[in-house]
Amino acid sequence: MAITQDSAPPISDRERRQRVVIRFAGDSGDGMQLAGARFTDASAAFGNDLATLPNFPAEIRAPAGTLAGVSAFQIHIAGGDILTPGDAPDVLVAMNPAALKKNLDDVMPGGVIVINTDSFEERNLAKAGYETDPREDGTLDGYNVLAAPMDELTKEAVKDSGVQGREVLRSKNFFALGALAWMFDRPQETTLDWVAEKFAAKPEVLAANTAAFKAGYNYGITTEAFAHSTFEVPAADLPPGEYTNVVGNQTIAWGLIAGAQAAGIPLFYASYPITPASDVLHELARHKNFGIKTFQAEDEIAAVGLALGAAFVGHLGVTGTSGPGVALKSETISLALMAELPLIILNVQRGGPSTGLPTKTEQSDLMMSIHGRHGDAPLPVIAASSPGDAFDAAIEACRIAIKYMTPVILLSDGYIGTSSEPWLLPDSANLPSFPTSFATHIEGKEFMPYLRDPETLARPWAVPGTPGLEHRVGGLEKDQLTGDVSYDPINHEVMTLLREQKVAAVANDIPDIEVEDDADAELLVVGWGSTYSATRAGVNNTRLEGYKVAHIHLRHLHPFANNLGEVLARYPKVLVPELNRGQLSRLLRAEFLVPAISFSKVQGLPFKAAEIKDKIIETLEMP
Amino acid sequence: MTIAYTRQDFQSDQEVRWCPGCGDYTILASVQLFMADAGIPKENVVFVSGIGCAARFPYYMETFGMHSVHGRAPAIATGIAAARPELSVWVVSGDGDALSIGGNHLIHALRRNVNIKILLFNNQIYGLTKGQYSPTSEAGKRTKSSPMGSLDHPFNPVSLALGAEATFVARTLDMDRTHTIEMLTAAHQHQGSAFIEIYQNCNVFNDKAFIELTAKESRDENQIRLVQGEKVLFDGGKKGVALEEGRAFIVDVEQYGEDVVHTHDATVDDPATAFALSRLAHGPHGPTPLGIFRNVERPAYDDDMERQIADATEAKGPGDLASVLRTNATWTVD
Ligand SMILES: Cc1ncc(C[n+]2csc(CCOP(=O)(O)OP(=O)(O)O)c2C)c(N)n1
Ligand code: SF4
Ligand SMILES: [Mg+2]
Repeated sequence: MAITQDSAPPISDRERRQRVVIRFAGDSGDGMQLAGARFTDASAAFGNDLATLPNFPAEIRAPAGTLAGVSAFQIHIAGGDILTPGDAPDVLVAMNPAALKKNLDDVMPGGVIVINTDSFEERNLAKAGYETDPREDGTLDGYNVLAAPMDELTKEAVKDSGVQGREVLRSKNFFALGALAWMFDRPQETTLDWVAEKFAAKPEVLAANTAAFKAGYNYGITTEAFAHSTFEVPAADLPPGEYTNVVGNQTIAWGLIAGAQAAGIPLFYASYPITPASDVLHELARHKNFGIKTFQAEDEIAAVGLALGAAFVGHLGVTGTSGPGVALKSETISLALMAELPLIILNVQRGGPSTGLPTKTEQSDLMMSIHGRHGDAPLPVIAASSPGDAFDAAIEACRIAIKYMTPVILLSDGYIGTSSEPWLLPDSANLPSFPTSFATHIEGKEFMPYLRDPETLARPWAVPGTPGLEHRVGGLEKDQLTGDVSYDPINHEVMTLLREQKVAAVANDIPDIEVEDDADAELLVVGWGSTYSATRAGVNNTRLEGYKVAHIHLRHLHPFANNLGEVLARYPKVLVPELNRGQLSRLLRAEFLVPAISFSKVQGLPFKAAEIKDKIIETLEMP
Repeated sequence: MTIAYTRQDFQSDQEVRWCPGCGDYTILASVQLFMADAGIPKENVVFVSGIGCAARFPYYMETFGMHSVHGRAPAIATGIAAARPELSVWVVSGDGDALSIGGNHLIHALRRNVNIKILLFNNQIYGLTKGQYSPTSEAGKRTKSSPMGSLDHPFNPVSLALGAEATFVARTLDMDRTHTIEMLTAAHQHQGSAFIEIYQNCNVFNDKAFIELTAKESRDENQIRLVQGEKVLFDGGKKGVALEEGRAFIVDVEQYGEDVVHTHDATVDDPATAFALSRLAHGPHGPTPLGIFRNVERPAYDDDMERQIADATEAKGPGDLASVLRTNATWTVD
């Protein structure tokens, strides 16, 4: 598809910006997630660095035109290394009054607002809670408003495509996308090729979307207001290599595949649908040709049971869910711990408690992961810190589960799961390898299912099909050697301590914390999980203003890295930003007796870099 | 090749700790005798149980085993069978375990037709927790938790399994080893999930619950044996079971003749007749059918799962991680 470069103004007319944040907002039926995803791909193809954040309502279809029904997608594109989807949008696309009302407060002063004027009629204004038309009452003073009658222009554009009735206006997101593609000089073919492939089976829809996209693009060229609001965001100077744009629910699934391959055993993934974890199930279900077995169970209790059953017979058993599902799985996780079988429990966290904010992000299941079981029941807890990192975190969870014969909780969250970033593809030839060694024969007179490896304290993994190794596992306390049921008081204490020591020993097998340090920093910022991007950016921005700050980010939440206590002790102030009410800060205080200061946010949204920066400065300036 | 095993080969070195006289002992013996004859390599046998007196069973079997979580054995066993279809997977469960806390897993395991064999030791009481009424206890039962009589209407486990469209449903009695072994053998030969309700006497908390079926003086008039291809006759041929308008009822053969008596066929796909037979007795009071109610063919879940993997591999070739990582658009930075 050729781009009509001749009609575009010379590049130098475009306003050069190092970074721009764009938010697409509209009714959930307006296709804003799709528009955002397409803009993302085009930006990746263009060569920008980028980060995205979808924000959609919990209801599949909230009443049209209402504030509750607004769905948004934010993308940050830049010419340099960026970490977050951006704090405040420079450009807002508002497809209806509700989208404007809900998002206007976030827009940068002087920002660009693209609106679909056709939707600004009385009923929609009323549904959004506007008493007067914001286009006329001064609400939009100080913004650069680009208004287009998108309904009318879309209808006109698609009239020969063959789509009928309500289908016609479905293409208006492509109109908006076309206009934005013009404004930001995005390659048209990335989007048009995608449309051609996606709608190959529906020629009318293909034609309509193509026509609407081109109409939007041409509208940008020919309409004066748009023509003077064009930007050039240069391609980023990323480390060389092959990149792809990924969301965390994909990478974590791929990491599990890589983990199973590293271990040389089949992957068995059992799950019950739940937002925002379902996409991991969907992704793995597509890859049966790896020998992967995916199982949609009747509930979360069944799912963890299935995964544990698969683990007992030598598969890599994984169960994925979100907070409410982990609550249901808790009893079986304790059984896995008691039976000392490898098992991975993936928790893509969301806002809680209860159904809470199912489509929004939070980190409030950390305490549950570490302590949320009956009995003294320690297990390793690992957290992914970004969509790309989720791949490595998943592999690490597999490694530890198998090596130490233990259930492992792998934490992600809605933000990591659904947001995207460019990811430097790993070299498949150099992925980790940790072949599983099953017990194959009896050492000595009879099989001792609880005879431990002296170094890891792991018991042997003896699977059905191995003659002579028949044995029983179960929830009742076991004799420390024979594995027979034992009610002996001393044995129970020995076993409780052994289970604890085994998990504690994982600390010797993980890297020490490396500090991103400023010499003589007064303050250490401690992050974990998805706050990585905002804390990193917040710390960097604070340093640019001359403050001295150190930063660490934890992958291993239990056990902690061996040097963590010593690192914490080096700094007079320790600040712990978290999307919960201070769970990690409490763990650090309890474990290391440091006066960690909690910085908590529980709005279902990630931190903004500016919030972190302000808090760092405030904390530094505290007496 | 059949492997020569004896019962001893399936006895673990653990001391059996059920109360003396408990029906569980007899069932254990039947299962071990069956296993010795069945010729399944011992290392391929897995027993999974939940929690309860019955659920101690795996500890006493010299096979692979897991004593798991209350009610969840069918789910765990499903994971085992789905992961490794070549294994012989058995679930041992109690009436509380399978029908109360684990009712959901039971019906889903049955409808899926996973290759697991579920043995429900029904003593109509919670044994391990010392005698509360269970989901199969008769209404009005007085126990420590129901001093004025239980208000619960009980389940009929066979009706429930048939309602879940189980492909194999049978009932037997702990005391009758021959019949128990016959049922175990048929369940083993069946493709997919099999459900056997075993009436099991808990002599401590619910003694003589099945006395009408077991006592010398009453058993003939109360045991209705369902035998494939044969007329459903009992009480020395004096009585039989007839079907009319989808309902089963007992007829006096001397009065109406054998022609009206139903000929049993468990292989009929429509479960209606099997269900009607299951309604003859609600709890073992009075004439109660024993034997195989339903035994029909349907593809087993685990086999279908393997087939999908084979189909996907044939269509797409073996999995290649490098290409999966490139699912989305890629670009190169030099
Ligand atoms: C989650 C949980 N709740 C309750 C119990 C206590 N409990 C153990 S066995 C049992 C009932 C057992 O009855 P049944 O399944 O009929 O087995 P039986 O002992 O009669 O063989 C109960 C309530 C438990 N172990 N776990
Ligand atoms: S309590 Fe009842 S079921 Fe349990 S072992 Fe004793 S007799 Fe058997
Ligand atoms: Mg019972």
